[in-house]
Amino acid sequence: MNTIVHLWNSLPLVPQMIIKGLAVIGVMFPIGGACSLIERKVSAKMQGRPGPNRAMPFWFAWVPVLGPFLQRLGLFHLMADGAKMFFKEDSLPGHVNKFYFLLAPVVAMIPALTTVTVVPFGAYLGDGGQLVPLVLANLDVGILAVFAVSSLGVYSLILAGWASNSKYPFLGGVRASAQLISYELSMTLSVLPVFLWINAPGGTGSLSFFHVVQAQSGTGLSWDGAWFIFYMPVSAVVFLVSLFAETNRLPFDMAEGEADLVGGFHTEYGSMKWGLFFVAEYSHMMVGSGMFILLFLGGWNPLPWLPLASLVGWLHHVTGWAFTVAPVFVGVLSIAIFLGKVLGFIFGFMVVRWTVPRFRYDQVMKLGWQKLLPLAIGNLIFYALMIAAIQLNLGWPTYLALTAGAIAALAIGLIVPRRQRAL
Amino acid sequence: MAHHLLFYTLSFLTIACAVLVVVSKNTVNAAMFLLLGLVGVAGLFVMLDAALLAFVLLLVYAGAVVALFLFIIMLLDTTPGSMKPFKTSTIVASAIGAALLMLGFVSLRERAVLPAAAPGGLVNVTLKAYAEQLFTTYLLPVQIVGFMLLIAMLGVIVLSKKLHTPEDAS
Repeated sequence: MNTIVHLWNSLPLVPQMIIKGLAVIGVMFPIGGACSLIERKVSAKMQGRPGPNRAMPFWFAWVPVLGPFLQRLGLFHLMADGAKMFFKEDSLPGHVNKFYFLLAPVVAMIPALTTVTVVPFGAYLGDGGQLVPLVLANLDVGILAVFAVSSLGVYSLILAGWASNSKYPFLGGVRASAQLISYELSMTLSVLPVFLWINAPGGTGSLSFFHVVQAQSGTGLSWDGAWFIFYMPVSAVVFLVSLFAETNRLPFDMAEGEADLVGGFHTEYGSMKWGLFFVAEYSHMMVGSGMFILLFLGGWNPLPWLPLASLVGWLHHVTGWAFTVAPVFVGVLSIAIFLGKVLGFIFGFMVVRWTVPRFRYDQVMKLGWQKLLPLAIGNLIFYALMIAAIQLNLGWPTYLALTAGAIAALAIGLIVPRRQRAL
Repeated sequence: MAHHLLFYTLSFLTIACAVLVVVSKNTVNAAMFLLLGLVGVAGLFVMLDAALLAFVLLLVYAGAVVALFLFIIMLLDTTPGSMKPFKTSTIVASAIGAALLMLGFVSLRERAVLPAAAPGGLVNVTLKAYAEQLFTTYLLPVQIVGFMLLIAMLGVIVLSKKLHTPEDAS
């Protein structure tokens, strides 16, 4: 064990980073693949059909128990799909703008994989007993980096739609990019209260995800231990809806609404070029759910008011085993908790996809600009006032008055548009 | 050494893209070069330890502004050669622009006193330091810029809103 650690530390920085990056990609890609399988199975379950359960290499039938089980699970469909994407003829339609047509899938992958670098996916106990994040790059501007890089994802859609040089892809690309740009605003505004809350005056300000999770790691029935979803529910809802829109998932999959746009921006794409768009979508989902979990659901803390450090300490106390406080064990445990939450969240994505019907395009725009954006701005103002009031220690009557005012404003906001419609 | 190499690569990328933005015949290419140029500038900002500026640049300009440019270019369908490259007004405007830029360079060269090296103590500038500067020393410029943006926004609303005429009322 120690020799491995020693060998690792003796490596220069660049190979270390490359190995770490490859390790993260090596975990993300199989999960992405598994998600596509889970998606097919979940959709089948929700529609009362068995789903993929046929494909199997013929000799596998001779393996008892495991063979039929894996067949019914549809695991070989996944492998066959992957192999198909790689070996299928990679056709290039004659009417496309070749350079941008080939560039678009590559551009789709760049933000999808770059954003992963700043998302922490676990933590371990350092020498001093304090938590150290497991992250490829622990940037001070964490969330800003994610927003900045993921905002570049819109180019793959625009370019794919435009370069395909036919009508449906173009319409799909235009819709998708308009939608991404619209919902980015609400998304950014919705997370600001979280950072206002954790950056109390006096301390050093930070936009890093690790800081956010630390702020949700208190013990006992204190403010610090509650996850942000409990006292910033509006932020969480706005962020969640924007997340669905940003990842182009139903009910917001305007970009590829097959009823009106064939396949949207990727109508003209086939084989692995299409596959890259697909992988990018799942990577976005994973990073997006990871962000939601870090911001609102306590990151790698197993339960509200039960942070990771307490859980590990309790395990150590009960079992008395030394390895329970070893960095490797804590790291793996935290990653398992985080990945478990992410997968649960992605399952939620899938359930929503097969439950809610697709919005009409004007409804998407109306929801984004006329509902979510004002709600996000109002929410930001409310929390700014509230945090200021708490810091000035104005007492409960003020807090209650502020809350009542916010609810009144929300009610007025709901009533007034209805009046206008009647006129 | 690696630092120098990175600096020259990014600078070359930025300048080459800036030139290509101007000389590209295809407007979509021009917009994409603008995007690449912005990425180069963001890289230079990161090298100056100004990661925040770099990400804000990417978020606002690369993420939204150039995307809108591309949008409009694609919707207008400006096929290459469909428009006259130089009108009299464009020539005059570019001449004035170039002259002003030249004037700026000359005055910078003749009059400005530049420190020999970047002042110390600026490295590792935190978000909080930016915020404090923006809300104290530079409060007025920030407010003025915000006001200008507001005016621009109002202008766009006025220009794009269809004025109601009596026959529209139905």
